[in-house]
Amino acid sequence: MKKWVTFLSTVWLGLNTHKLRSFLTMLGIIIGVASVITLMSIGKGSTAQILSNIESMGANLVTISPAMGFGVGGVRGAGGGTQTLTMEDAEAISQQVSYISAVAPSSSSNLQLVVGTENTNSQVIGTTPEYMSVANLKLASGSFFSEQQYERGAKVAVLGSDVAETLFGSANPVGQKMRMGTIIITVIGVLESKGTGFNSPDDAVIIPLTALQQTVALTRTAQGEKVVSSIYLTVSDETQSDYVAEQITSLLRTRHRLAVSDEDDFSISSMEEIASSLQETSATLTLLLGAIAAISLLVGGIGVMNIMLVSVLERTREIGIRKALGAREQDIWIQFLLEATLLSFAGGIIGAIIGWGVSMIINHVGTMATLVTPDIVILAVSVAVGIGLFFGFYPAWNASRLNPIEALRSE
Amino acid sequence: MIQLQDITKVYPMGKRELIVLRGITLNIEKGELVAIMGPSGSGKTTLLNLLGCLDKPTSGSYYFEGREVSRLSSSELAQIRGQKVGFIFQTFNLLSRLTALANVELGMTYVGGVDRRRVLEALAKVGLSDRVNHRPIELSGGEQQRVAIARALVKNPSLILADEPTGQLDSRSGEEVISILTSLHAEQGITLLLVTHDANIAWHCQRIIHLKDGEVVTEESA
Repeated sequence: MKKWVTFLSTVWLGLNTHKLRSFLTMLGIIIGVASVITLMSIGKGSTAQILSNIESMGANLVTISPAMGFGVGGVRGAGGGTQTLTMEDAEAISQQVSYISAVAPSSSSNLQLVVGTENTNSQVIGTTPEYMSVANLKLASGSFFSEQQYERGAKVAVLGSDVAETLFGSANPVGQKMRMGTIIITVIGVLESKGTGFNSPDDAVIIPLTALQQTVALTRTAQGEKVVSSIYLTVSDETQSDYVAEQITSLLRTRHRLAVSDEDDFSISSMEEIASSLQETSATLTLLLGAIAAISLLVGGIGVMNIMLVSVLERTREIGIRKALGAREQDIWIQFLLEATLLSFAGGIIGAIIGWGVSMIINHVGTMATLVTPDIVILAVSVAVGIGLFFGFYPAWNASRLNPIEALRSE
Repeated sequence: MIQLQDITKVYPMGKRELIVLRGITLNIEKGELVAIMGPSGSGKTTLLNLLGCLDKPTSGSYYFEGREVSRLSSSELAQIRGQKVGFIFQTFNLLSRLTALANVELGMTYVGGVDRRRVLEALAKVGLSDRVNHRPIELSGGEQQRVAIARALVKNPSLILADEPTGQLDSRSGEEVISILTSLHAEQGITLLLVTHDANIAWHCQRIIHLKDGEVVTEESA
């Protein structure tokens, strides 16, 4: 114990004598650790945000959308290449496919909304009352439109929180009227905010599909079916989601009269699938960011080695004196290894604090979400210490092997 | 206390060999005060380094306090140096960034740890009680050498080896240093070996060993 106190005070003396040099050496480690923590926290933060977005949309959500790029040589030319889904498809799914709790066909259109002098362009989603439960929406005030309102094509709207604020400011929009495209529509509800992110309803207006058809001309297929842009549905039993997808695929292929050799003219994606692919992407991103930052940590480590080699060279005579006074090889070795490790450790701690601070600032002022988890901090600091040990090893070994007589003779 | 039998030391110099010591046989009793003299290149310092266990002989045997030490490992030699041998160098070899106190403490660092009371005692013995917190640069040459003596003294060594301890000092401080060394020898019975050019200093010693070309030429008792 006493021995270690001696070692530490010796090391402290060495570092303290060359304050600027010690600091510059540490700076390499500080920057490395700080950037590892900052970049990893950005990666972790965006992963966490994606997951919470997906959770807020409902993990059981399945989306059917027209196949991308479909249409060239396609069977159903009418209405353009990407309009292959219809109201009738949705009805057929809800009647014939099992394990489905709700189906909501929807069409969307960009329309101008006007209230007094305020106006904005917004995505207007025309859908059925089931949409609320399917998309896992929550109301901040008012109500969602009912089955009856849908049937009659009532001109009522539920506003996303951002749209409500843009048009009505702090006033309560429920009961107010606004102009939407060519029709006048009454606001009956406002949605809770879900925050920015993937598929957020904050910027949208939701109205009955039957009402949307009064302002935007309804497209029909060659067979006379009413075209929708996508169909949302929720699976009642998550374990059956593959089976549900199979059933939907075969039903839609029959309904769309696709030949065996034709590709699907629609695509089915479950939230689970989207979640795992997004998570994979973001994990790769996090790793990539971490790797870039780790390079700077490595450069910092080389800086430590460089300085330690200089320091050993400069203190050759000191090493000789210490050896003459009875220091064994391992005493010298420990002294220099401890010096390198302590430098890196201190740099790691300072870097962790700075990295944490920077990611807090980014979280606060920037648009990116960041998340500093203890495992990142522990990882970064221990990598820094490991780097100190690794890059301090050779200089310390060099020092310990010095011949005391030659060392004493050096200037 | 010290017995050398036919000690040789050969340094490889590229393809040739440099023979520094050619068969030295020597006995030094406990409590002796011995001067080693000889021209440059006669092997004085090499002999001193061997005696102080800083180096190993190429051949021959060396008994230190009855123990054969010429074939010990470097860390065993370091232990002997730390516990038994005090070195005093011509160039003092103090650490410039340390105070006198810390420099003397260094003498105990590798042998069981620092005892502040003994450090202050050692500084008092060399007359530097009022200089403990000065750095070498703030001390005169004589004072620096006295710090070095205190550093060698602090661990109660059985052997002190001094390599031209007055070589860089003016005659007055040289005399001071010599008188401190001889009184230490007289009061504490420490075995003391001095390498010197100066016949006046050698005159203080009980025995003078003359080296030439790596061999003992004469031994005389003063």
